Amino acid sequence: MAGAAGSVSGPGAAGGDGDDSLYPIAVLIDELRNEDVQLRLNSIKKLSTIALALGVERTRTELLPFLTDTIYDEDEVLLALAEQLGNFTGFVGGPDFAHCLLPPLESLATVEETVVRDKAVESLRHISQEHTPVALEAHFVPLVKRLASGDWFTSRTSACGLFSVCYPRASNAIKAEIRQHFRSLCSDDTPMVRRAAASKLGEFAKVLELESVKSEIVPLFTNLASDEQDSVRLLAVEACVSIAQILTQDDLETLVMPTLRQAAEDKSWRVRYMVADKFSELQKAVGPKITLSDLIPAFQNLLKDCEAEVRAAAAHKVKELCENLPIEGRETIIMNQILPYIKELVSDTNQHVKSALASVIMGLSTILGKENTVEHLLPLFLAQLKDECPEVRLNIISNLDCVNEVIGICQLSQSLLPAIVELAEDAKWRVRLAIIEYMPLLAGQLGVEFFDEKLNSLCMAWLVDHVYAIREAATNNLMKLVQKFGTEWAQNTIVPKVLVMANDPNYLHRMTTLFCINALSEACGQEITTKQMLPIVLKMAGDQVANVRFNVAKSLQKIGPILDTDALQGEVKPVLQKLGQDDDMDVKYFAQEAISVVAQRLRKLDFPDKDSEEPSTPGADKSCFLRPTGPGECAGKFLPRMISRQKETERLGWLPRRQ
Amino acid sequence: MKCFSRYLPYIFRPPNTILSSSCHTEADIISTVEFNHTGELLATGDKGGRVVIFQREQESKNQVHRRGEYNVYSTFQSHEPEFDYLKSLEIEEKINKIRWLPQQNAAYFLLSTNDKTVKLWKVSERDKRPEGYNLKDEEGRLRDPSTITTLRVPVLRPMDLMVEATPRRVFANAHTYHINSISVNSDYETYMSADDLRINLWNFEITNQSFNIVDIKPANMEELTEVITAAEFHPHHCNTFVYSSSKGTIRLCDMRTSALCDRHTKFFEEPEDPSNRSFFSEIISSISDVKFSHSGRYIMTRDYLTVKVWDLNMENRPIETYQVHDYLRSKLCSLYENDCIFDKFECVWNGSDSVIMTGSYNNFFRMFDRNTKRDVTLEASRENSKPRAILKPRKVCVGGKRRKDEISVDSLDFSKKILHTAWHPSENIIAVAATNNLYIFQDKVN
Repeated sequence: MAGAAGSVSGPGAAGGDGDDSLYPIAVLIDELRNEDVQLRLNSIKKLSTIALALGVERTRTELLPFLTDTIYDEDEVLLALAEQLGNFTGFVGGPDFAHCLLPPLESLATVEETVVRDKAVESLRHISQEHTPVALEAHFVPLVKRLASGDWFTSRTSACGLFSVCYPRASNAIKAEIRQHFRSLCSDDTPMVRRAAASKLGEFAKVLELESVKSEIVPLFTNLASDEQDSVRLLAVEACVSIAQILTQDDLETLVMPTLRQAAEDKSWRVRYMVADKFSELQKAVGPKITLSDLIPAFQNLLKDCEAEVRAAAAHKVKELCENLPIEGRETIIMNQILPYIKELVSDTNQHVKSALASVIMGLSTILGKENTVEHLLPLFLAQLKDECPEVRLNIISNLDCVNEVIGICQLSQSLLPAIVELAEDAKWRVRLAIIEYMPLLAGQLGVEFFDEKLNSLCMAWLVDHVYAIREAATNNLMKLVQKFGTEWAQNTIVPKVLVMANDPNYLHRMTTLFCINALSEACGQEITTKQMLPIVLKMAGDQVANVRFNVAKSLQKIGPILDTDALQGEVKPVLQKLGQDDDMDVKYFAQEAISVVAQRLRKLDFPDKDSEEPSTPGADKSCFLRPTGPGECAGKFLPRMISRQKETERLGWLPRRQ
Repeated sequence: MKCFSRYLPYIFRPPNTILSSSCHTEADIISTVEFNHTGELLATGDKGGRVVIFQREQESKNQVHRRGEYNVYSTFQSHEPEFDYLKSLEIEEKINKIRWLPQQNAAYFLLSTNDKTVKLWKVSERDKRPEGYNLKDEEGRLRDPSTITTLRVPVLRPMDLMVEATPRRVFANAHTYHINSISVNSDYETYMSADDLRINLWNFEITNQSFNIVDIKPANMEELTEVITAAEFHPHHCNTFVYSSSKGTIRLCDMRTSALCDRHTKFFEEPEDPSNRSFFSEIISSISDVKFSHSGRYIMTRDYLTVKVWDLNMENRPIETYQVHDYLRSKLCSLYENDCIFDKFECVWNGSDSVIMTGSYNNFFRMFDRNTKRDVTLEASRENSKPRAILKPRKVCVGGKRRKDEISVDSLDFSKKILHTAWHPSENIIAVAATNNLYIFQDKVN
């Protein structure tokens, strides 16, 4: 194929009418094989430009053969190529020539990198729609067959994703062949292919005739669901959802349910985990009758499974399961058949299970109503609020709003407070950070009085935490509280306490005052800012620590837009000018930056009409300008972030997490 | 013993060394040998962090005796020496293990590991290169842009075969202790890596997270009594794996029962013979290698003096025990003093699980036929074997009288040890690593 295209004898470019227009295209073509990946990537992304310049015929005879053979490239280049080719029909001469795109996509569908293969399959699926039924049978179906009987399993796995797009448009004879190929892939020697087939089984079932589903797909499904490899069996659970949607209730009972029951009791915990994880989808697919007769007992077993990962997955689904039960009789079912198991889980030995439950349990209160919540759920909430694991307590607190709507928060507040205080003083700073983030929510639920009495002191204590991330979060928290409770409250309770810290012997605390002012000034408004905050900021300009001084400059820049001309001209400007002459180069730098912003602001205030179209705070973004600063700032600002990134634990994509 | 009549057609040496066995550097010492699943390729790793891959030549009719000679196919630097600044530890580049992946397309893939980091390598061929630029002529001189009147699309032309090795994934930062084993799962999707105290499960696609399946680290390190010495997946059952310990025991775990396999499903242990008990009992009972048979029915373990074969269905004692070099039992004291007693010998099965091979000292290696119960000692050395000559069985004598061709225990060279060997998956071709030399022996034809 490459040899045929090798004879470069095509006519001149279609769109080229002079050197000037050819040159950029020539560069793009040459850069298709540049040593720099970025340039190659760039060229591939502009493949349509190249094709347009070459014209449809040369694209077909020269460009595509070249691309077919360049599969040695980096993954990201191949990925981009696979994506481009999916929308390339127009550049090769329209649907009549769509099959020309198959060879390069075919070779991309056999590379080892899964993302590239998947993208190639996606593009193939897309261009299959552009084939005429004749072209589909002449070109596309043979490609699917080639891939399905390829030597390497990469090509066979790719084939699995293509059956469902060509089946509906094929003739009956071809349909039978396609089914045959799919059948053989379902019993392939390599588990990779069986997994690919299992994951496409549901999709394929949807395009098949109902009779074929019953006679062919169901046996395949049963086989895959009892595969010797549990990695294959667990994918059959997913297929179960799609197949169940197609079949009638009676067929479902006889054809699918035996397999599903078996999966829910599989020897391998990973399969049971999958059943738990897909429970809501299964529930919807099988309908209310089978849910009551089969799924509820299965769910009870999953909730008391011997493997913690399975229990946690099931616990996550408790709320969804209850919500999706038929309204009629729902309460009784939950009370009698679900709640007893939930009660057990509250004192589970595994903290992941408990915290999974804690993240959804509050949602039950809206379903069960006030009376049941008070009698049955409240004791569970209270027990979880006292749990030894902070994550459990946090999950309860973060969902307080659900309960508040049903029974009001006063029922909980007595237990809430000790839990909050304990979390607020937790030795792990990430726990403290999490509870701070819920403070505005809690404040809203509990009301200003309760807050002033019990929680205010905590919020102030966080401002002098020894971890920067906590101080930063505490500052933002204050801003949100002020937005919630109003300026008068701020003036009476928050501002005086913040301003006192300006005299603290620790320079980090003095800087916290400045950060608070930055955050609060806008919420507090001009009067408080000018009368109470500004004098303190200006006074701090004489601080002996350079970090404090350049933060004064930054603060003045930040609160500048709120102040009036008199304050800016008479008070801010002289101080900034003085800082502009500072010995320290960082202080000088930030002072000068602030001066220019303030000056702009002053000009605008003087001539409001002239510059009114300009944004009112042009300097706002500049305050984010990253710059190496003094040691205190650097250590405070960047270190906790780095730690937090390292400690972050995401859930595994392919397997459940372990502590 | 026809099965063991072999001749020595060729000796391979690691690259970058002069053909003189007396002169080699530490970095050239071969640290692992492994055939791929078809036996067409053979990979070695060395202390210098290099991987050398040999490819078997295609058979040709006019050169019958050169059937399937192995030649260097690709050489690449897999690992570099590193320094862990947080722990002030040097990380050696030495390749501890190589494992091939089942072939999935025209390229070959292998895992290589040093003490801390596992890498996935792709070894692929390229025999075409693009030709023709728009802005340059054939000699690479820039063209005047104004002379460009037509566009040229590059064309692929055949070129000399080029073999490239590219690192595809780096699985790092998951092991606190030294990795001793890696093993690819039969699900083709995951593999495990074992260090002294933990075993992690990885997905080939995911490098930033692994899944800890075994952790034997006690809360208090002073209570540490045993370490993991080797681990391997079952060849067919993706949920089953075994790991061996320094106490001479083997645990079989089933990943279906639980996410954490700290509790074993089966525990293979032979009760100790009290009459044989000595100061060295514990040291020499430590298992240095564990291998499933190709059938998956048996496991083979190697300790300092013996090779044992266990039936998966019998946990209380091995079904077969072979003495590798029992004559060393009286010399354990001096072997302890020169640290040889801690050498980690590996063991391999032949393709049909009927013969076992493992190494010894003095460049000797041993084979045991499980059916006939016969055994043989062979020597891998340049001096004693001419090309295409049949290897002569060697014998070590213990008593005072030494017959011709026998070698006395006292004159064994303990610095020449054969730790790593490999057996072709289907044919009688073996690869034996003797310090910096790789010997490939094969069955005599006819």
